[in-house]
Amino acid sequence: MRKVLMGNHAISWGALLSRAQVIAAYPITPQTQAVELLAEMCAEGKLDAKFVKVESEHSAMAACIGASAAGARAFTATSGQGLALMHEMLHWAAGARTPVVLANINRAMAPPWTIWTDQNDSLSQRDTGWMQVYCQNNQEVVDSIIQAYRVSEQALLPVMVVLDAFVLSHTLETVDLPDQEQVDAYLPSFDPEFKLDPDNPRTFGGLTAMDGYFELRYKMHQSMEQSKGLWEETGREFGEVFGRPYGLIETYKTADAELLIVTSSTIASTARVAVDRLREKGRKVGLLRIRVFRPFPTEEIREILSSVKKAVVIDRNISYGSSGIFCQEVKAAMYNTANRPPIFGIITGLGGRDVSSTDIINIVERTDSKPLPDSDIIFEGVTIQ
Amino acid sequence: MSSLISREEIMGCGHVACQGCGATILMRHALKVLGRDTCLTIPACCWTVIDGPFPHSAANVPLFHAAFMTAGATASGIRAAYDMLGREKIKVVAWAGDGGTYDIGIQALSGAAERNEDIIYICYDNEAYMNTGIQRSASTPLYAWTTTTPVSHPKETPKKDIVSIMAAHRIPYIATGTVAYIEDMIKKLQKAKEIKGTRFILLFSPCPSGWKSKPEDTVKLSRLAVKSRLFPLIEIENGTDWRVTVRVEKPVPVIDYLKLQGRFRHLTEEQVGLIQLSVDREWEMLRGKVIKEEKQ
Repeated sequence: MRKVLMGNHAISWGALLSRAQVIAAYPITPQTQAVELLAEMCAEGKLDAKFVKVESEHSAMAACIGASAAGARAFTATSGQGLALMHEMLHWAAGARTPVVLANINRAMAPPWTIWTDQNDSLSQRDTGWMQVYCQNNQEVVDSIIQAYRVSEQALLPVMVVLDAFVLSHTLETVDLPDQEQVDAYLPSFDPEFKLDPDNPRTFGGLTAMDGYFELRYKMHQSMEQSKGLWEETGREFGEVFGRPYGLIETYKTADAELLIVTSSTIASTARVAVDRLREKGRKVGLLRIRVFRPFPTEEIREILSSVKKAVVIDRNISYGSSGIFCQEVKAAMYNTANRPPIFGIITGLGGRDVSSTDIINIVERTDSKPLPDSDIIFEGVTIQ
Repeated sequence: MSSLISREEIMGCGHVACQGCGATILMRHALKVLGRDTCLTIPACCWTVIDGPFPHSAANVPLFHAAFMTAGATASGIRAAYDMLGREKIKVVAWAGDGGTYDIGIQALSGAAERNEDIIYICYDNEAYMNTGIQRSASTPLYAWTTTTPVSHPKETPKKDIVSIMAAHRIPYIATGTVAYIEDMIKKLQKAKEIKGTRFILLFSPCPSGWKSKPEDTVKLSRLAVKSRLFPLIEIENGTDWRVTVRVEKPVPVIDYLKLQGRFRHLTEEQVGLIQLSVDREWEMLRGKVIKEEKQ
């Protein structure tokens, strides 16, 4: 069924089609329509779920963790400050191995107050043990939430499905909503091996000494690594059933590319236009979109980057005092390889500032005269010196 | 009265509580009433440790260790899951210390109470952060010593009135209890079990390690707290109908309670007088709210 949906409603539909059983959420701009529609869906009985209208995001995640540990499929959505408030519980969800799915709308962090997009909120949660998927359109939001549950419930690690504030959350796009019966066949109901069950009483998260903790963390990393295969298989099968295959990364015109643009989220959509315009000028340019950021697609990135002469990583985020976060990760992936191209790290579009295809063309062309970047961090579009 | 106490032991042995720990006696008896069809969630508190290190557990009911400020929210999530999974009969019980209830967890508790979540929230109150080494909490009484309220600068403010705060939420049931009056606690928990909605139980829990009292004085201190009217045993229905369940006809002076504890050893006569005055005032305020006093 094709519907015109804003990104926020795509989130609600993704949770509905996944048959989330417990939703616990707290409102925050720009996520509000997502939870409003979910509240409506629950109230009208379209979605057979209990909506716990909690008093904070910290409690939202705590309730999701409790629900998941008791054996229910749990969902929440938040943004920016809300995600930051959840931070402790993000660690808890992953450490407790509860397959919670969370939609995060990338909102730049305050102060100063802002509601517009950048990725510092979700990337600040990089090391919590959550898988992260960055979406480029509203279709991918619906599809990724469904896939997220399938991967999450096998890997027993939570998943954050990420989309840009306003550029997606409030933008109407045509979305092909998957058929519920097909989703049910694709995504089996949640039936965890271990749960809070009086018939089989077990204690979850009890105090560990130095003899156990390290191994539990090692197993988390192993699950994260194994989930790469799950994401690929899940994305491929999604394509077989619904006609839209997904992978850890997406490439565009990379076969003969000499210069590669590496980016994520909606900037990737814009970059596709930039690639076409640069190709019209005779430039051999390609695009690599990082879709799944955790687990990090190291092998896939190495394979493509090792065959290009130059890479430009465009980050809508910053690690103050270092560089863009995707850029750091790409560089780290390439360091121990023989054929690594020069990597230009660009920071742009912080706080939702528009990034146009012309901006991306300018970014690429400014690297032309330079075999190596002048600096490890290049700001595009800052209006002060 | 002893027939009230079930012979069935749910809590196992092998817990690692200190000698004379009130919170352990309380858990043992609470579980006897709550029964095996119970799911516990415990935020950071002494019981995080008492239950036993992984892979050991003394609880013998499913137990989810939760983050410090999340007892109310975690219990809400577990409740929602059981309701969705057709397991409505399982009782969801948050078991938290005073730090996790009066201080860091009050927001999640207030949220759960305002939503009238179908949970039993039990706070075992030992009047300080005992698990981290006796730091003051909002439950620490006036002039008490803790490691963060040293003798040269003891606590200057009274214990937070959590019962009134919870009553202001107009939840269906609130009760207080303590180890010396275990039958009173059992009756209250039995009553709580039959009620739907948020039930808040405050259990006064002597702590020899933190109060600098003798382990063998735990029950005695608990009794003196009631007999001095410092910790009245009450229940409240719907936040409005207050009852005293253990009547104290002739209160003992509060000094009888204070003098058995090292945490009050530094008190001047004047300070003891002020504590007595505050106990008397609180009692008068309570009497104003009470609709009925019952004979024990």
